[in-house]
Amino acid sequence: MELMHDLLLQGWQMVLVVLIAPWITGVVRKTKARMLRKQGPSVLQPYRDLRRLLSKETLLAENASWLFRVAPYLIVSATWVAATLVPTFATGLPFSWVADLLAIVAILATARFFLALAGMDVGTSFGGIGSSREMMIASLAEPAMLFIVFTMAILAGTTRLSTIASVMASGTMGIRVSIGLSLFAMLIVALAENARIPVDNPATHLELTMVHEAMVLEYTGRHLAMIEIAASIKLVLFLSLISCLFFPLGMAQREDGWLAMGIGLVAYLLKINALACLLAIGESVMAKMRVFRVAELLSIAMLFGVLAVFLLFLSRGM
Amino acid sequence: MNLLEIFLWMIPLLLLIGGVGLLAHKTATWYRGVYGATGLVCLFGLVVGVAGLVAEQPPLELVLPLGLPWSHAHFRLDHLTAFFMVVVNLGGAAASLFAMGYGLHEPHPRRILPLYPCFLAAMNLVLVVDDAYSFLLAWECMSLTSWGLVLVEHRIASNRQAAFLYLSMAGFGTMMLLFLFGVLAGQAGDFSFAAFRLNSAGNVNGFLVLFLVLLGAGSKAGLFPLHVWLPLAHPAAPSHVSALMSGVMTKVAVYAALRIIFDLNAHVQWQWSVPVLIIAGITAFIGVLYAIMQHDIKRLLAYHTVENIGIIFLGIGLAMAFRANHQFVGASVAITAALLHTLNHSLFKSLLFLGSGAVLHATGERDIEKLGGLIHRMPVTAFFFLVGSAAISALPPLNGFVSEWLIFQAMMVSPHLPQPLMKFLIPCVGALLALAAALAAACFVKAFGVTFLGRPRSPQAAQAVETDGFSLSAMAVLATLCILIGIFPVTVVDLLQPVSQLLVGVHLPPHSGELAPFTLLPFGSEGSSYDGFLIMLFMLVASTLTAWSVKRFACGVTKRGDAWDCGQPDPSPMTQYTAGSFSQPIRRVFGSVWFYAREKVDMPLPGETRAASFKVTMLDPAWEGLIAPLGQGIGWLSERFNVLHFLSIRQYLFLVFTTLILFLLMVAQWS
Repeated sequence: MELMHDLLLQGWQMVLVVLIAPWITGVVRKTKARMLRKQGPSVLQPYRDLRRLLSKETLLAENASWLFRVAPYLIVSATWVAATLVPTFATGLPFSWVADLLAIVAILATARFFLALAGMDVGTSFGGIGSSREMMIASLAEPAMLFIVFTMAILAGTTRLSTIASVMASGTMGIRVSIGLSLFAMLIVALAENARIPVDNPATHLELTMVHEAMVLEYTGRHLAMIEIAASIKLVLFLSLISCLFFPLGMAQREDGWLAMGIGLVAYLLKINALACLLAIGESVMAKMRVFRVAELLSIAMLFGVLAVFLLFLSRGM
Repeated sequence: MNLLEIFLWMIPLLLLIGGVGLLAHKTATWYRGVYGATGLVCLFGLVVGVAGLVAEQPPLELVLPLGLPWSHAHFRLDHLTAFFMVVVNLGGAAASLFAMGYGLHEPHPRRILPLYPCFLAAMNLVLVVDDAYSFLLAWECMSLTSWGLVLVEHRIASNRQAAFLYLSMAGFGTMMLLFLFGVLAGQAGDFSFAAFRLNSAGNVNGFLVLFLVLLGAGSKAGLFPLHVWLPLAHPAAPSHVSALMSGVMTKVAVYAALRIIFDLNAHVQWQWSVPVLIIAGITAFIGVLYAIMQHDIKRLLAYHTVENIGIIFLGIGLAMAFRANHQFVGASVAITAALLHTLNHSLFKSLLFLGSGAVLHATGERDIEKLGGLIHRMPVTAFFFLVGSAAISALPPLNGFVSEWLIFQAMMVSPHLPQPLMKFLIPCVGALLALAAALAAACFVKAFGVTFLGRPRSPQAAQAVETDGFSLSAMAVLATLCILIGIFPVTVVDLLQPVSQLLVGVHLPPHSGELAPFTLLPFGSEGSSYDGFLIMLFMLVASTLTAWSVKRFACGVTKRGDAWDCGQPDPSPMTQYTAGSFSQPIRRVFGSVWFYAREKVDMPLPGETRAASFKVTMLDPAWEGLIAPLGQGIGWLSERFNVLHFLSIRQYLFLVFTTLILFLLMVAQWS
């Protein structure tokens, strides 16, 4: 009975992240359009896009290899598994110990590795440019992410996300400067990882501003649908990560009843929708950066991460 | 006969095979026979190693009347030796299996045959000896046999230069080890390791020993800035030997460092870990940065060895810091991580070198700028190379991630260390490690992408054919092990615990399957956890679900057409992204500082007829700052001393007499 309950909870989260992923993308797009005083497509448009892409036939380039065809499945499954393991509406889900924060970041790196390879498979210059820049950005984002993990691990005593979230939710920590600094670093990392403005522009197909879009340029039909849903799931993952690490309000516990779970779910949905709106506002007021200035932006994230860790040592009186 | 005696029989057996190799006829049967016999002996050594690792018994010892008449040769088999026997012989068996196919295509196979088994014999001997004299002898045999193997293609000038550099570095390393054993032996002058264990060196001498280890074993392993010979010498050897040199010989150097730091020089101080951590962090970061700038696939892999040696030494440094502070769980996690990474690196680095050998044989090219599209012509090699690339990039659920995860976990408990310096230092080193891991992924996207993906950039690449069955099966074995260790790390971690007990005095509790059968829990069930098996399972479930829903709901029609490329596809394969252009962003961000990388673009104006040109210049800080001035200094000194060759007999007699008097004075002063 208990096992059923556990499996059901984990299964529900697995379904949930996929179900809401296009919605969140839709919310971001809608808000951005409204910020520009445009009507914008419906929030449900990403669902329609997916259906349309799935119903189209797939056109492969002449020299696309097996890797190009396998990569979308790998990317979706890796991103999906990572998103399933991040606490969303409740902490302490039955399989929350499978991967800690480091492992989740690394699973995303697996997805990125295969996406970058797929970008190089057809042998076009756009694919290469996208892969090359994506890997450069990733190599700068990962050390910054490590410092965030370090801060959290020092505060909570473990890198297990569920435990960190419950420690943060319990409020025993009080308000710490380090948490604020890591939040700031996390926001920059999230922007970079999700190919958002100012690092990359998800809405453009202008040659020199593309990173993520350049890698997936050759994908069509069902493959493109998978790549798109993976990108949406990744966005949900990062929003969930930010909300569970920094705003763990209302999160339910594993042993809580259905009511608490329901409250947790509502709180979670509110939080990530709010974060999605904030993301859209942020994107609207910022300009896209030149690709080599991204290094500076990410160095700032790293600097904040370093400060967060060091302040923690100092404030504890070494 | 006990395990040690059985194991010792391997060494004459390998030397005998080397002798047979000397007489080999120019036929495939002879080549296969020699490599096959070497492989079988290694397999046997592997079994003995595993048996030694699981056996719960005190170290086996043996004294044979060999070597110096007054000290004899001492041999010893403990858990550390047994673990490294597994590493060496696993790599040896895989390389031999590969060579049964690949070794036939070499231009001069008979130059390799005699030295190859002797090289393996020397490496095995280093692990098992237990006195300084035999150790240095075995160590030097290992250097010389591998030097001979680097020189197999001695008509190529760059190979001769690489071999010369290697020989001078190896000589330097051995000299440092000689001094080191001198310091350890002290005035008593007993050169058996048993005596070293008894009289531990004091604080000052201990630090001197550490310093000499970093120079002696570090130069063989490839620690910054003594790594300069590695990327020149490893690629010069035939590919199966490169695999051994990079994947296995550097591990023998790690063995020497572990043996000396933790076993012979027991009382580790926390201050000693500071230089180790700093050098290891820089080595890891610089190694991968060098690698990313390379276009020669084997040199790229050799630089990655430098990176991974940095990661292993990071684990060693952390273990030293924790052990000195009596924080035994951290020490055990760190040393387990270092050992596991040693094993992992030997697996995927051998795999990648064998893969590059297969590519080299199929195309005759080591320069990846001339390759491309090999995934179509060599699909199986491509798959194994992909597994190796993902493993070395520390991607879950493969094995490289597990060891790096353990190192990060050891770092996460570093705030418990009492020294403020360590608290601040370890996160910084951790950031270097994270940077190295991310750059490694970038580097292998480049290496795999440019070599195997895209369109062929040369006729050789367009006409490549898949390599032979022996080579493929060797790669298959290594790739399978990479996946298996990634999925079931618990089994290996549990096997490593006797070694951890030996080195840092504690071991992690055996994993009893508290949460799930294969969950890695270095800090007990409440601490951080990682389960490669379940991640693999979840990914299988998720991809099955995805595949099912795509099959169910999506249009299944697939057509082939021209590439889209934003509507401007160019048929020439030269318009593809190259290795140089792939690494350009990273070169600009990091290289402009570390390597003083400068780009010079000469773009003719419209109407001019000269060709446009683009040139990148880079300086190597280790070479320019240390090795080159040192070489010049030695050259200058030799010039000065050259006059000694042209003295008269009276002057020579005077010199000899003065030297004698000086030595006598020294002896009188000392005693």
